[in-house]
Amino acid sequence: MSYMSGNLVALQTIVRREIVRILRIWTQTLIPPAITMTLYFVIFGKLIGSRIGTIQGGFSYMQYIVPGLVMMSIITNSYGNISSSFFGAKFQRSVEEMLVSPMSNWVILLGYVTGAVARGLVVGLLVLLIALGFTSLHVAHPLITLLSVLFGATIFSLAGFVNAIYAKKFDDIALVPTFVLTPLTYLGGVFYSVTMLGEPWQAISRINPILYMVNAFRFGVLGISDVQIGVAFAVMMAFVIGLSWLALNLLKRGVGLRS
Amino acid sequence: MVQLMSSTPALVVDNLRKTYGNGVQALKGISLTVQPGDFFALLGPNGAGKSTLIGILSSLVNSTSGDAQIFGMSVNKQRNEAMKLIGLVPQELNFNQFERPFDICVNEAGFYGIPRKIAAERAEKYLKELRLWDKAKDQARMLSGGMKRRLMIARAMMNEPRLLILDEPTAGVDIEIRRSMWQFISGINAAGTTVILTTHYLEEAEQLCRNIAIIDHGTIVENTTMKQLLSKLDVETFVFDVNHAPNPLPSLPGITFRRVDEHTLEAEMPRTQALNVLFETFSAHGITVTSMRNKTNRLEELFVRLVENGRQVPGKEKVA
Repeated sequence: MSYMSGNLVALQTIVRREIVRILRIWTQTLIPPAITMTLYFVIFGKLIGSRIGTIQGGFSYMQYIVPGLVMMSIITNSYGNISSSFFGAKFQRSVEEMLVSPMSNWVILLGYVTGAVARGLVVGLLVLLIALGFTSLHVAHPLITLLSVLFGATIFSLAGFVNAIYAKKFDDIALVPTFVLTPLTYLGGVFYSVTMLGEPWQAISRINPILYMVNAFRFGVLGISDVQIGVAFAVMMAFVIGLSWLALNLLKRGVGLRS
Repeated sequence: MVQLMSSTPALVVDNLRKTYGNGVQALKGISLTVQPGDFFALLGPNGAGKSTLIGILSSLVNSTSGDAQIFGMSVNKQRNEAMKLIGLVPQELNFNQFERPFDICVNEAGFYGIPRKIAAERAEKYLKELRLWDKAKDQARMLSGGMKRRLMIARAMMNEPRLLILDEPTAGVDIEIRRSMWQFISGINAAGTTVILTTHYLEEAEQLCRNIAIIDHGTIVENTTMKQLLSKLDVETFVFDVNHAPNPLPSLPGITFRRVDEHTLEAEMPRTQALNVLFETFSAHGITVTSMRNKTNRLEELFVRLVENGRQVPGKEKVA
């Protein structure tokens, strides 16, 4: 058994286990985000949105917020999946099954990230299907749409993994989504265009990474964006590389995992 | 599973040290060799450093200095190769309680790069051998304590390791299941797997193991064969259930009698002393013996003495 084939079997094992877990507890993993986003569409899109009219590029407010809400679901679910699953494995000590095995650290990271991205994509697709019940959409740039979704899910999976590594108790994995992720998402141009903000808020908004993910996805779907698409992908790529390096470094040092 | 014996030691521990972040020195330069095919006991009181040593061997604990080699593979420098050769049954339950025993075993094999088809066959084999097959599709949390312990052994066998490390595998398990576990472990040892066992049941170590190391305060206080160690104990205490324990007690040179209660006597005597003289004395005093037994397990007695001696005179130990 070669190094690569052994690691590929290990990778398949982690991914399969993660997918089984997501499907086993589907009432916790897939249904709640669908209900929450339906409420957003009804309240913000239908009731309030109908009074706003068009917002940018001739799109209705409902059409404008769909990409943002889809990306928000993807981000929060990718993050939530990996942080709860990996911390759960730490808490039950079942993570030791992987730590004492000959698999490489990148396999552990890639396996968990793949599982989290899969949940993000499934939830994103569900939310998109629900959105189509409220409005019509035409995907302007399919490749950019797909890439932005993959980048967004990957970035927040990696961030969730780092969170789970440092977490010592369940409160620690709830802390970041509550005090960091939610504010950044709401201020990341999900519900409005940052061009509507005056300075210095517009400049401050541009240091929020979620702004680039939401706008890249919005560009993919609607063809409009508050930021240059090249810059958005450069920022996302930088986050993927930086967070991957950090997560692998933490695994190598055994932070929070090995004594 | 028959394995070829090799001349490379199963385990070489070379001057291993571990100091935790809080300053506790768990291991103070331990060296140890375990030969292939051995059934090796690693004993010591709580907090002696056994679990730290096992943690380093299984790469769950980073050593401060020194190294260990599993069949010649350095845990520090060839970690992945070394880990392929080990199976670990840890002290604490460490599987996902919401998964099924079958999946736990198959996934474990997957982590070692074993294809799913072979993994499924092995899971069935070991779950059957450990009498868990009828629970294979239940959630692991529904298993009894003894079943969970056996599940951890089945899981550790999934990569068919050359070195199996068992950290108190029978803790809290009733005697019947404990004996079936001994039988299983003895069987895989007989088939060629080297076994390292830590346990607080010293009769377990005495019955199963051929060689032994006793660790206390992070140092090895004894490392020898079980036979040699047991021969160091030159006194033995017998307990006699009698029709009446006389007062005063009988007197015999070299034997110390003690009256426990009206129907129980204890006699501490050299191991070389024949028991006939004892029974002659009892008969002469009109004492009828209804039953007799060893007061303590021999290894237990030695263990306590070694550990106590080590504490009185650090670095020096002596056995009675």
